[in-house]
Amino acid sequence: MALSRRLVIFGGVAAAGGLAVGYALLPWSTLDRAKRLIAKPGTTPLSAWVRIGTDNTVTVFVPHSEIGQGVHTSLPMMCAEELDADWSLVGMEQAPPDMAFANGAMALEYLRGDTSIPSFLLGTAVFGTRKIAEYMNLQTTGGSMSVRTTGVRGMRVAGAAARAMLIKAAAAAWGVPESEIVAKQSRLSHASGKSATYGEMAAAAAAFDPPIDPPLKAKKDYTIVGKPLPRFDIPAKCDGTAVYGLDLRLPGMSHAAIAACPVFGGTLVSVNEAPAMAMRGVKKVVKLPAAVAVVADNTWRAKEALAALSPVWNEGANAAHTQASIFAGMEKALDKGDLTEDNATGDVDAALKSAKGVIEASYRVPYLAHATMEVMNCTAHFEGDKLTVWGGFQGGLDARARAAKFAGLPMENVTLKYTTIGGGFGRRLPDYYDYIDKAIAVARQVEGPVQVVFMREEDMTQDFYRHASVARMKGALDDKGHVTAWLHTFTEKHDPPEAVYVNYDFANRASRYASGTNPIPWGAWRSVDHTQQGFFIESFMDELAHAAGQDPFEFRRAHLAGAPRHKAVLEAVAEMSGWATPPAAGRARGIAMREAFATVVAQVAEVSIQDGALRVHKLWTASDPGEVVNPATFTAQMEGGAIYGLTAALYGEIAIDKGRVVQQNFTDYEMVRMADAPEQHVRIIESGARTGGAGEPGTAPVAAAVCNAIFALTGQRIRELPLKNFDLTTGKKLTAA
Amino acid sequence: MITLNVNGVPHDVDVEEAMPLLWVLRDVLNMTGTKYGCGISACGACTVLIDGVAVRTCVVPVKNAVGRAITTIEGLKQGDTLHKVQQAWIAEQVPQCGYCQSGQIMAAVALLTEKPQPTDDDIDAAMTNVCRCGAYTQIRAAIHAAAKA
Ligand code: FES
Ligand code: FES
Repeated sequence: MALSRRLVIFGGVAAAGGLAVGYALLPWSTLDRAKRLIAKPGTTPLSAWVRIGTDNTVTVFVPHSEIGQGVHTSLPMMCAEELDADWSLVGMEQAPPDMAFANGAMALEYLRGDTSIPSFLLGTAVFGTRKIAEYMNLQTTGGSMSVRTTGVRGMRVAGAAARAMLIKAAAAAWGVPESEIVAKQSRLSHASGKSATYGEMAAAAAAFDPPIDPPLKAKKDYTIVGKPLPRFDIPAKCDGTAVYGLDLRLPGMSHAAIAACPVFGGTLVSVNEAPAMAMRGVKKVVKLPAAVAVVADNTWRAKEALAALSPVWNEGANAAHTQASIFAGMEKALDKGDLTEDNATGDVDAALKSAKGVIEASYRVPYLAHATMEVMNCTAHFEGDKLTVWGGFQGGLDARARAAKFAGLPMENVTLKYTTIGGGFGRRLPDYYDYIDKAIAVARQVEGPVQVVFMREEDMTQDFYRHASVARMKGALDDKGHVTAWLHTFTEKHDPPEAVYVNYDFANRASRYASGTNPIPWGAWRSVDHTQQGFFIESFMDELAHAAGQDPFEFRRAHLAGAPRHKAVLEAVAEMSGWATPPAAGRARGIAMREAFATVVAQVAEVSIQDGALRVHKLWTASDPGEVVNPATFTAQMEGGAIYGLTAALYGEIAIDKGRVVQQNFTDYEMVRMADAPEQHVRIIESGARTGGAGEPGTAPVAAAVCNAIFALTGQRIRELPLKNFDLTTGKKLTAA
Repeated sequence: MITLNVNGVPHDVDVEEAMPLLWVLRDVLNMTGTKYGCGISACGACTVLIDGVAVRTCVVPVKNAVGRAITTIEGLKQGDTLHKVQQAWIAEQVPQCGYCQSGQIMAAVALLTEKPQPTDDDIDAAMTNVCRCGAYTQIRAAIHAAAKA
């Protein structure tokens, strides 16, 4: 592809002397700009991504956001590995939100047809209608992409190129062949006894052109990648010094609490400001087209004064929606049968027709909110036609572009400043920057900086939700218990495309879906469509196993003849969990597996029910991400991802009534806490396959693993989440949706 | 004027008596290590120690804290030395996004004061704070490690 010729590495002398190296799918002209942006006295940028100081320190510029997934450490590890840097001298900075640091690696992966990349990473416009160059405008952190695109295609290459330039410089200085130079632990040396630190050689190295295709290390030579190294961001998160968006304090700053029309799409008609204005510390009531905000001298006064207002809303057409009407609409759409087919093989209709018996089941999942621990907030400050915006964003460059667009200002007039981020899970992705817009709209009407916050109730009721969905599954078996037909019909397909794929060797299969059934704002939610598809597919797979009279593990394994990688992961989790040995009396196990974001994950859950209450005692996870960069953060992501999925399985339910979200806070949107959290065991398998993601795959199979365990224990098949709505012993539903 | 004793230092604040301690700490004293998560005592992000006991400050009117020793995450260090719970949190690499961790650490400090060698059941009973990132394995391990330190 023509584009690959543009995958080039940039190098050169920085304005301040020293060395910097970068890779990118960028116009050549942006390199100088990138290096200017990271210039610092006593250092040399070897590219846009690596800067080496005369004191021999290395700074790696990471174009992604740290949302707790460890990327601010794992990407520098990949760079330092190829650079052969002394890890104790390596630090990082988040790359400036500037075009010069846009991330071309992600776009390249997309162009190669990777179906595990969610389209939300590429903007909403249809691919092909926009210029390639526009995709270079990416710093987005999502889709479990950072390590597998920026890391593999960018950071490693940048590190290797910088190393090559340092070697060239040493060879020239010492008059010896490059091949005789040893680069190790941030030091260059030669058998003659000559030696220099990277810092000493950096300025000379910057004079060389970086190689376009530097050789990368073999895994056996790694000294940094693959080690559980401590994360850079952790100490500040243990002593209260990390500054999250909500912690930002600026001279003259006001605080604003905001309430949007509770019905999606509604608008503000009027509001009597007097009750708020009479309260202490209140500066202003700001009316927006679809929201009202109170600006005060502190958050609590703003929130109290907001609560004193009785805004009149024009609720609009959406006010008619109830959860029951939404589900009814979905069922109707499936009845009507105006479906799009995807991922079809063989002739599933014929196979179902000729089958001796067809197994059928319907499933249903509710809406879900992200509920990041730090609520949505953003601080904005207008000074004439200049705007500064502070906050936590899953894409810095996109956030700056969004702010400029909303404010009607050129990009150059907008400064974006990062804060630490109290959770992402998709909520802080570029498509959901409503909190930036709202902060800017309020700031426009206020002197000085203003911090606009969604209090928890607002955060929960003004989210972009994992959509509710219904699925109808059909399957048939031959005499040996092999699946002859698999038909998976459901409502609403978003991202990533792979989420409906099955890795089992079904000769006749199809997935078909209805669209246009969701009237509520949709948002990517950790693992996106895998959350519901994992539950539908792996629960129904279990139903087929039982219909075939087979052990659910053996049944799955028998359908993985063509997928050795998946089979190995499945066998690993069976071995870890002692699948072959029955659990203690009163307990049962369930198994499920998914491939998500190029990582294969299999889980076994062990459960019991005591006095009607479900307890998930243990959760075993086997996971193959191809290759792992930092096993400690990978394990934490697998475990945390599983807890996120378990919370959804046990408790997660956002219901709609009169067009608005019913749930308000953690009391009615409950979370798994310590006492609910299973003992977890994670095994990482490094098959050497293409590197997969870490942040999301662990979320995908867990609901099915738990429900399959409940079936093994009680004989009750729960086909709807969350489980809190069911008497698990009888399988009866307790509350109406 | 209300006088608060925070981390051993007296502070005079001119606020409503009903204002929750959380917001006095965060927005008046600018001690933002204590976090807001829910405002209704449902998540624990705002936990501090009052006379050594873990308290959720989002529902404590500031007047109830007068004359008592308030310890926040900023006050756990002794000079340059981190509290053993903080050290264990770093050693076990507990935080993910980190937003809940001030509250988790304060709750763990209170637990270890009351029960220096807590069992897993003690931890289940005392550690009721939400961690949306799901770092429970690491929190439990860090509490056990701090108990041994
Ligand atoms: S903010 Fe106080 S318990 Fe959640
Ligand atoms: S570390 Fe993110 S909420 Fe606990």
